Amino acid sequence: MRVLDALLPWAALVVMLLAQWLIFVVVPTEAQMGIVQRIFYFHVPAAWATFLCFFVVAGASAVYLWKGSRAADRLALASAEVGVLFCTLVLVTGPIWARPIWGVWWTWDPRLTMTVILWAIYAGYLMLRAFGGADEAVARYAAVLGIVGVLDIPVIRVSVRLLHGIHPAVLTTKEGGSGLTDPMMRTTLYVASLAMLLLAAWLVALRVRTARLEAEVVGLRRELDHV
Amino acid sequence: MWRGVLTVLEKDLRIEWRTKESLASFVVLGVLLVVIFSVAIDPSPQDAPRLAPAVLWAAFVFTGLLGIQRGFVLERENDCLGGLLASPLDPAVLYLGKLAANVVLLAVMQALVLPLVAVLLHAEMARVLPALIVVLLLGNLGFAALATLFAAMTVRARAREVMLPVLLLPLLVPVLIGGVKATEAALRGGFGAAVGALGVLVAFDAIFVVAGVLLFEQVIRD
Amino acid sequence: MSDNLGYLFAAYTAVWLGIFLYVRRLARRGRELEDEIRDLRRRIES
Repeated sequence: MRVLDALLPWAALVVMLLAQWLIFVVVPTEAQMGIVQRIFYFHVPAAWATFLCFFVVAGASAVYLWKGSRAADRLALASAEVGVLFCTLVLVTGPIWARPIWGVWWTWDPRLTMTVILWAIYAGYLMLRAFGGADEAVARYAAVLGIVGVLDIPVIRVSVRLLHGIHPAVLTTKEGGSGLTDPMMRTTLYVASLAMLLLAAWLVALRVRTARLEAEVVGLRRELDHV
Repeated sequence: MWRGVLTVLEKDLRIEWRTKESLASFVVLGVLLVVIFSVAIDPSPQDAPRLAPAVLWAAFVFTGLLGIQRGFVLERENDCLGGLLASPLDPAVLYLGKLAANVVLLAVMQALVLPLVAVLLHAEMARVLPALIVVLLLGNLGFAALATLFAAMTVRARAREVMLPVLLLPLLVPVLIGGVKATEAALRGGFGAAVGALGVLVAFDAIFVVAGVLLFEQVIRD
Repeated sequence: MSDNLGYLFAAYTAVWLGIFLYVRRLARRGRELEDEIRDLRRRIES
């Protein structure tokens, strides 16, 4: 575990550098959207990292509820924070990409809509943990929320498709953006995704460490009171 | 087990009935929301029926959140939950009973608000009433499934009045979308186009009633 | 095409900035906590 812990940031760095090189030097410019399309190689991997983080939140929450493992609880919190961070990055890079392509900052495109809702759910998770009160119970409540959030994802995805007013070109361009013409594009996407995932894993590991320190402080303070 | 559920249901409804003054203000709020939305949107007589589903569901959601939260505040203040847990009652039974009570509560509120919307927004509801009732029931079930679970959590939170909506509203988006789309279709006379919306509601209900049954214990354990 | 470069730069900067600020926050918090732990340990031993 320790070895992995030490290796992780370096692995992330190496893959990130490789990804940068591919994104900015190697990969050909996409025909329709031009150079801005390269944002895609940040936007999509960030979205994948977000989903992975939220699934980890649900899994860790379930383990916490079932086994009472505090480590699982810390993992859930860390994953939620990093997940919200990456979700924010998705929501920031999305409009930056959209503006030059479609002339608008925002569309109620099913994917973007779902991302906003997901952001709101897990930002709520973080708020519950911050403001939910000082009890031990808050960790349990948050765990319930963490699980419910992930359970909601498929339903949200389906329901959001019922919304209309989505400009067909928007859909196909976005989808077509991932109808990657050059095989190099697919490779770049995969490498960039790996880089993002490793980065997310590293951030989660850092956050878990901070959480463990916080727990230690609480324990020591309690010990001090009894001395 | 079902006898247990009915007992809880009966008890909750009786409590609501005994405090019917605040129950009344909760209904009045629903009415008020409809009025405010109508005034703010100010639709022309032709547009109005198209807006009715959205106004309906927006009003239901906000009023429903307050109503369900109120139920739990009452219970917390009198520490009834402690007493209930001490009894040999299975948390799942407790959950289903409360869920049922909340569905009834929502239905009562909707029964009063619906005719108002029909009148204010010129929406023809009488003909399609059975279809509307089905949609409302499916929506209520999903809404209450999550709200019952979460209301128990937020009672002790700081800024509790805001915490419940903040947590629930994004989770409830499928109910909102499904409910509005299905209501639209029902008002237009046929469910044909709304199969997707109904499917969403049914799926939501199934997933979250089960989740509620499994997770409620975690939320009321002290 | 070249004015769209500004957007690409903005997106890249946003990602970089977001991650950098988060890591910095964690590092700072980590340091504070370690200091506090050292301090508490000392007080317990005395």
